[in-house]
Amino acid sequence: MPDPILEIRELHASAAGKEILRGMNLTIRAGEVHAIMGPNASGKSTLAYVLAGREGYEATAGTIRYEGKNLLIMPPEARAREGLFLAFQYPIEIPGMTTMQFLKAALNTIRKHRGLEELDAIDFLALVKERAQLLDVDADFLNRPVNAGFSGGEKKRNEILQMAFLDPKLAILDETDSGLDIDALKIVAGGVNALRGQDRAMLLITHYQRLLNFVVPDYVHVLLNGRIVQSGGKELALTVEERGYGWLEGPDARTSEEKAAP
Amino acid sequence: MKDIGLVTDLYRSELSRFEREPAGTMPAWVQQLRQAAGARFADLGFPTTHHEEWRHTDVTPIVENPFSCAKRRPDITKAELEPAVSWAGPRHQLTFVNGHFSPLLSVLERLPQGVIAGSLADSCTISSNFLEPHLGRHANYEDQAFVALNTAFLNDGAFVYLPPNTMVEEPIFVVFVSCPNGEAAISHPRVLIVAGPSSRATVIESYLGLKDGLYFTNVVTEVVLGEEAVFDHHLLQQESRAAYHIATLAVHQGRNSTFTSHSLALGGALARTEVHGLLADEGSTCTLRGLYGATGRQHVGIHTRIDHAKPRCTSRQLYKGILSGHASGVFHGRILVRQDAHETDARQTNNNLLLSEDAVVHTTPQLEIFADDVKCSHGATVGQLDRDVLFYLRSRGLDLEDARRLMTQAFGSELIRFIAHDRIRNRFTELLPRWTSQTYSESFPA
Ligand SMILES: Nc1ncnc2c1ncn2[C@@H]1O[C@H](COP(=O)(O)OP(=O)(O)OP(=O)(O)O)[C@@H](O)[C@H]1O
Ligand SMILES: [Mg+2]
Repeated sequence: MPDPILEIRELHASAAGKEILRGMNLTIRAGEVHAIMGPNASGKSTLAYVLAGREGYEATAGTIRYEGKNLLIMPPEARAREGLFLAFQYPIEIPGMTTMQFLKAALNTIRKHRGLEELDAIDFLALVKERAQLLDVDADFLNRPVNAGFSGGEKKRNEILQMAFLDPKLAILDETDSGLDIDALKIVAGGVNALRGQDRAMLLITHYQRLLNFVVPDYVHVLLNGRIVQSGGKELALTVEERGYGWLEGPDARTSEEKAAP
Repeated sequence: MKDIGLVTDLYRSELSRFEREPAGTMPAWVQQLRQAAGARFADLGFPTTHHEEWRHTDVTPIVENPFSCAKRRPDITKAELEPAVSWAGPRHQLTFVNGHFSPLLSVLERLPQGVIAGSLADSCTISSNFLEPHLGRHANYEDQAFVALNTAFLNDGAFVYLPPNTMVEEPIFVVFVSCPNGEAAISHPRVLIVAGPSSRATVIESYLGLKDGLYFTNVVTEVVLGEEAVFDHHLLQQESRAAYHIATLAVHQGRNSTFTSHSLALGGALARTEVHGLLADEGSTCTLRGLYGATGRQHVGIHTRIDHAKPRCTSRQLYKGILSGHASGVFHGRILVRQDAHETDARQTNNNLLLSEDAVVHTTPQLEIFADDVKCSHGATVGQLDRDVLFYLRSRGLDLEDARRLMTQAFGSELIRFIAHDRIRNRFTELLPRWTSQTYSESFPA
């Protein structure tokens, strides 16, 4: 069995003094694609932010190991340089900075960290063109300020473009499929699939089975009230789609064991 | 009670010494202008912080420093100046060293037919009839002490005249280099630009401290645009960090004329720029965009006054400030819409970025509207670097310092991108990150 890239143990996390994750466990190994589903406000984005190191999201108990190292003590940029990538549910706008400048700064920082030479303007441009084509992103878009005035779908595609650029080891996609039309979804899924590989792992946060038709996960987990209450194979996503989350709150859910405990 | 400004004995004696000096070949009207302005300055004195318009600008260090008129002309070679000007590419150039015109460092061979560009002192005699109707008529010395002071000492500077329907392709670069050589020098450069009807030109006004040191530049620029003239103005203020810089730009716009100005103000211990635009005839457009940055204990002030005197004129102002360390900044933007200036369209925006807790900025929009049927708006913001954007950049691998630097640049480039002339835009684009890096290394030492 390959080594785990990510190991989350009994993680508790809170934001603004409110506990959101309440004893979460998850192991992701190289080569695996995991999907997390769960109702609104169950803590999916909170998990993504805790992993990426966003200010205001605090792990209060438990551990997270990333390639064996304590992730929680690493600043966000160190996590990114070590290959952790978060595609934001709500990508952030940066007025005044073009997507091109943004990509270049990010790519060269990460290359430097990996002991690679920084790309000069020409090589960079060539690479951008190639990757942009892959994701059907036109050049005009690259010269516009990052996400400013982008449509919802364009913002999501921009996230995947960044992912394709930065060559991550663990990619966390927070509802990248939401708000995409079917063609865009296929393009994004194609980008994700192209990145699937032996040394890489992915965590897809989604509400819909739809994405999972195109990117078939190895494991599906259901997050409810800050805990994973059910894990299974890809068929679990179908069950969730059919039955919703209500049945998981019932007596047959894993949480019931804890409820029954003295 | 009226506040009486300060006039020190030093300025009184300098003024009377200057008046007694033989005015050379200067025509009588120039001498009269000087005398009138000198008398006015003696009445006005230097403004104090009790004057409303100078509330946040304390000029005490200017008043108390024993500045004397820059006499000696230090030798600057072409090679020394070149790195600071060559970015502009092919150009016409008027160079002033410590306020004195330097023919050797100027490039005036390729001026198009009929265009005059040269030293103001020479032009006052040679082209007196071109200057007399304009010099001293647009920059108001009646109630502005520094304009009065400049006019009283009016001697050297630049004169540019564009005949009707001329187009000057290459930029006209007016460079004021200060090269302090021990003495605390004061200079009062004067610029007059008269752009005839339907003429077009691009001008760069640049203030440059070649060496660190104490000096005081008190400059007045008058720009007169004829009907349908299109004038693209740029201002680069990079005085030495110990210097004082007070500048007044007065623009008089004829019918359907277009004045656009882009400025970058980074230097000086105290630097204040006044821009007074008079939309004197119908259909004219005045666009001002400027970026100011201050760090350490620098003070920077931008004071604009757009006077919509006639109907159907448009004005746009976008000023952005970046303040760090213990720096202070002022933006005071006044828009005046006169009674018959109907269909006025005036907009003003001021955004400030504070990079430290000790930096301050005072921003005051002031709209005075006496006409109906006008569109006027203003908005001002003061903020820090957006934390969400900082996180976004860090989540892509950039460290805190790089993220801050890039964001600061992004803030400025929102304005720089409007500059039409490629080389000038590139220069602004290059200077901003250089300044930002320096500011960061000063403000957040490793
Ligand atoms: N910064 C914050 N401050 C206060 N409360 C927060 C913060 N971030 C998240 N929460 C709260 O934590 C809970 C979980 O939020 P989270 O964004 O993780 O949910 P989610 O599962 O991603 O939901 P969705 O499916 O709607 O994206 C919500 O009740 C939310 O309001
Ligand atoms: Mg979410």
